[in-house]
Amino acid sequence: MTIAGAAPELPDKSGHFGPYGGRFVPEALIAALDQLTREHEKALHDEVFLAELDDLQRNYAGRPTPLTEAKRFGEAIGARVFLKREDLAHTGSHKVNNVLGQALLTKRMGKTRVIAETGAGQHGVATATAAALFGFSCTVYMGEEDTRRQALNVARMRLLGAEVVPVTTGTRTLKDATNEAFRDWVANVETTHYAIGSVVGPHPFPMLVRDFQRIIGVEARQQLLDRIGRLPDAAIACVGGGSNAMGLFHRFITDEAVALVGCEAGGDGVETGRHAAPLTAGEPGVLHGARSYLMQDDDGQTLDTHSISAGLDYPGVGPEHAWLRDQHRAVYRGVTDVDAMAALELLAKSEGILCAIESAHAFAGAKQWVAEQGRDDLVLLISCSGRGDKDVDTAARWFGLVSEQDIERASAVRAAQE
Amino acid sequence: MTRLDELFASTRAEGRAALVGYLPVGFPSYEQSVAAMVAMVESGVDFVEVGVPYTDPGIDGPVIQVAVDAALRAGTKVAQVFDAVRAVSAHAPAVIMGYWNPIERLTPKVFAQRLKDAGGSGAITPDLIPEEAGAWLEAAKEHDLDPIFLVAPSSTDERLEVVGRTNRGFVYAASTMGVTGTRDTVSNRAEELVARTRQHTDLPVAVGLGVSNGAQAAEVAGYADAVIVGSAFVRALQDGGLDAVRRLAADLSEGVRRKA
Ligand SMILES: Cc1ncc(COP(=O)(O)O)c(C=O)c1O
Repeated sequence: MTIAGAAPELPDKSGHFGPYGGRFVPEALIAALDQLTREHEKALHDEVFLAELDDLQRNYAGRPTPLTEAKRFGEAIGARVFLKREDLAHTGSHKVNNVLGQALLTKRMGKTRVIAETGAGQHGVATATAAALFGFSCTVYMGEEDTRRQALNVARMRLLGAEVVPVTTGTRTLKDATNEAFRDWVANVETTHYAIGSVVGPHPFPMLVRDFQRIIGVEARQQLLDRIGRLPDAAIACVGGGSNAMGLFHRFITDEAVALVGCEAGGDGVETGRHAAPLTAGEPGVLHGARSYLMQDDDGQTLDTHSISAGLDYPGVGPEHAWLRDQHRAVYRGVTDVDAMAALELLAKSEGILCAIESAHAFAGAKQWVAEQGRDDLVLLISCSGRGDKDVDTAARWFGLVSEQDIERASAVRAAQE
Repeated sequence: MTRLDELFASTRAEGRAALVGYLPVGFPSYEQSVAAMVAMVESGVDFVEVGVPYTDPGIDGPVIQVAVDAALRAGTKVAQVFDAVRAVSAHAPAVIMGYWNPIERLTPKVFAQRLKDAGGSGAITPDLIPEEAGAWLEAAKEHDLDPIFLVAPSSTDERLEVVGRTNRGFVYAASTMGVTGTRDTVSNRAEELVARTRQHTDLPVAVGLGVSNGAQAAEVAGYADAVIVGSAFVRALQDGGLDAVRRLAADLSEGVRRKA
């Protein structure tokens, strides 16, 4: 069964993971959050809902996704490595797991419009996809900076029938897109569901998104047991808001011998201050409806973030990760742009898998983690959260695979066509 | 009786609604923002909502977003909010209007202490609900500050009861489901919300979101204890400086005295 068995003990009734989580939102949204909490609770115990979701996951999204042993990559980093292939799910990332669940809830609540924030565009694409499938109207908010660096996904969303609104306030990235989505939601909450794209936001979102992403770890754990008869030494994932990581980790929390390793965006290096690694270098605070670790200044103002990865370029993180961090149940590390891009290249050339730049942070982090253990018999389970098509332009520039002339010529052709 | 209680007692005695003006500290500069707040009071505003600039103002529309963004870019610090409160409270009661994280960052205890020391009367916290406010309520109580939570058209009776029971000073009723900004008409859901709120509390009920002129102020004053005006003041300050702020305050002040 897909989400049955979700560990019920955290969050508590009011949505807290220890001191983290909760609801820090305008009163106007409380009724909608209460409705969503009730609907989610009901759905978890509703055979019809679970069967519908299971059908969508199997026959639409292509679950279960494969578990691939990455032999040549493993040799290169000195461990036995298995990849959970979320890049092979429909739309190209794990984001679809969450969106299909939320779309079903939207239908049950009688709402006809969904909105979303997106950074890399993967959650936007997944939401636009589900909206098309369910016949909802759909608006996606995306920072203007991100519409530029993830232009392919903007086109995908529009092809799927969604309205994409570039956000020009603040830092023009995921944080500000999230602010705009909340503003839209307050004004249209009676007809509109806000399908948050990660394990962030006010209760019940961190719990709800986790419950829909939990299938990543549930499948992977069983696949690994079937394949090699043992659990991994570590489960490793990249952390933006933290949904693919939470999805991978959750089933393993009670498997105490399994290390949980989250890889945040280290940008230019955590020590430079130019990064997006709140669990590594931030402090507790409140942003976008929940208390968690946060990149903030002494006045509690949110700091600008820096990452080559649009999907990790976010100053906050899900509250359950904050809790796991404080409990020392999971460890988090910052991975620089340089190391992530090197890992992207290594995976591409050793396995023929071109992963998303977000996911590349997990591969780089895995390499570093193995080096620190000083052992040669480790088994790793790594979340390959998405595929890299959307990042080809960024990567081509990074590796100097296209000349400035090529780029200029291409944009001249495009301009002429318009 | 706190300063706000006294103020509402006197406006009630006059048989009119109070006029509340909002401006963010630091826009277009610290000095000009404080001068504009004082000018508002001189031209008829009864008390001031001193805005704490914040990077992620989730319930604010474009006018206030742009202003607080400019204030932050100009280097405005939370410490200056207390200076502004000190300057304004010499002329009229002042409450701060602030998102939660800057308060949590300073710690509720220290924030309350400094607000009280500056002569502040209370705090409107638009992204804090009573259920999450334990530490803040304690600090506010210790320093005799009024904690002011919001109610909205979507609030259930159960929630109106919680807010009515928790607030001191007054209840802030958000007139509409939406963000701050001027509107051509003030939502007709406001009147119903005020009536529903009164079933749960004897506190004054102030209506905010959307009011921008004397006629709208008069209409709202017909059923509410106070009329809150924000974006219109920000726009006036931006477009016409202190004179425009004075003119707007005078128009609104005439409005709350008119029987709609
Ligand atoms: C492929 C991929 N991985 C990871 C992320 C980061 O999100 P999260 O931390 O919620 O998994 C994104 C976000 O856009 C993504 O597109």
